[in-house]
Amino acid sequence: MTEVTLRVVLVAAAALVATGVHGALSQQSIVMIMMGLELVVNGLVLATGGIWWAEGRPGNASVLVVVLVTVMAVEMATGFAVALALYRARRVDLADDAAELAR
Amino acid sequence: MADPATLLPLLLLAPALVVVAGLAAAAGAVTTGGRPGTPAVETLRLLTKQRRRTPADDPLLARIGLTVLPVAAVLALAVVPLGLPGTGAPVDLDVGLVWFNAMEVLAWFAVWTAGWGPNAATALVGGYRVLPLGLAYELPHMLAITTPAIAAGSLDPATVADAQHGLWYAVWMPVAFLLYLVSTAAMAFWGPFAAPLGRDLAGGAAAEHAGLDRLLLRAGRWMLLVAAAAMAVPLFLGGGAPPPITGPDPFGGPPWLWVGIKLLVVLALLLGLRRLMPVLRMERFATLAWTVLIPLAVAQALVVTVVVLL
Amino acid sequence: MTLLVLVAALGLVAVVAGIGVFVADSMARATFLLLASFVAVAVVLLAFGLTYLGVVVVLMMTIEMMIMVVFMVMLMMNPAGLEPMTMVHNRRGSRVIALGVFAVLAAGALLVPWPTSAPAPTTARGTDLMGPQMLTMAVLGLTLLAAIVGTVALSVSRGPARGGGR
Repeated sequence: MTEVTLRVVLVAAAALVATGVHGALSQQSIVMIMMGLELVVNGLVLATGGIWWAEGRPGNASVLVVVLVTVMAVEMATGFAVALALYRARRVDLADDAAELAR
Repeated sequence: MADPATLLPLLLLAPALVVVAGLAAAAGAVTTGGRPGTPAVETLRLLTKQRRRTPADDPLLARIGLTVLPVAAVLALAVVPLGLPGTGAPVDLDVGLVWFNAMEVLAWFAVWTAGWGPNAATALVGGYRVLPLGLAYELPHMLAITTPAIAAGSLDPATVADAQHGLWYAVWMPVAFLLYLVSTAAMAFWGPFAAPLGRDLAGGAAAEHAGLDRLLLRAGRWMLLVAAAAMAVPLFLGGGAPPPITGPDPFGGPPWLWVGIKLLVVLALLLGLRRLMPVLRMERFATLAWTVLIPLAVAQALVVTVVVLL
Repeated sequence: MTLLVLVAALGLVAVVAGIGVFVADSMARATFLLLASFVAVAVVLLAFGLTYLGVVVVLMMTIEMMIMVVFMVMLMMNPAGLEPMTMVHNRRGSRVIALGVFAVLAAGALLVPWPTSAPAPTTARGTDLMGPQMLTMAVLGLTLLAAIVGTVALSVSRGPARGGGR
């Protein structure tokens, strides 16, 4: 039963990661790209929780979840700061228009 | 799990919170010069009125948000040790403080969706005002609720209440207590922090809601205020223990009675705060919070940590 | 058994909400469908016994979504969903890549012989987080500080008009 539950959880996590990857690759707006990346990290959090539960609750996995949550926060903050700076410099909010590195 | 002694407090929690919030609203009406029956009359009136639709609105999201507000208040109260016979809190959660924090930030979601839903300019501005309010009070609030947890060594409100034998935390961490009181009013966007529903916006986020929607917003606000005031009792005022004036536990009385008395004191302080201060502008409060309140909260936490380690 | 049903249902809710983020026409609904996905995962964590982390995920994600709502109106052309929103590029390529990723990960989930064992009698979560992983926590703290400094540096307006709450 533990194993079946773990596999169900991991398949759900895989679906979340795949959805997030699809969103991050296909969306044009920076806000939506970041939502896709957040979904990927969400899938990782779910997978980590499932593996932690199934393997007898070792201590280290909760640290991994804390790291993932920190990654989400930092990614969102930095991503929005970059989006804001990009808009102020070039008045664009789509990833397609931000492709040039030169000013 | 299905033990009647634990189920009964859970089932009665929502009605009890509604009743106490109604009484608090009646007291609030009296302090602003109205009549004590006004909240009850207003509740009955809103229950009979029709809900309002506006062009191109998003009623689904708005109503979800508005329903979340009173539900979040009840869930936040569920981890507060109320001194009931048999159990401590209705739900004994070892991370009760973090749960309380999580339930209270759902109020930001509620106010924003209430402002967003009607597709009206003033409602939208009111809804967006809750965001600088939330970001400003949240850090001092988190530090203020972590400070008693540091002193008691636990995130469980019942443990924090029990760790105050002889000396309440409100006495030797007064800055944290005052910050918690301020953040109680802020989390319920009430009193000096009522800018999201401000009169300069003709009601703000509540402007375009009528009937049951308006009742959920206004009643939910009072319920959240009462739940947050109830959390101040185990955090800073010793929970169900009588005041240790001449040594520990000189007075008798059941714990729930003392919790009730302390809750009344906290609510009286909050109503006094509303009388004293005008409605603050959100940019001024944000500046005040980030330049004054956060350093105070950090300094208080530092002092408490040093005391605990010594 | 009930745990399996609960976890399967919550996983389904999380995935459906995640797909709904990119299908919804209104940006407000997309933002809160993402929040719903996170809350579903947090409830799974609660069911598995990671109470602190589950509650922290709910807390942080609610605040993050409320912040995202600010940028949503600032940077999106169609926040209210009054017109159908299809701002995509490279749709077929990303679909192929996403399906490939799902195939690989699901195959790994179903075929790898995951080791499972009974839960340890008591685990002190506080010491788990802080004891042997103090270096990790210190690095996380520094990362957050660097993120704060960098984000403020990126967002400070360089023009002559420095507005604010003076």
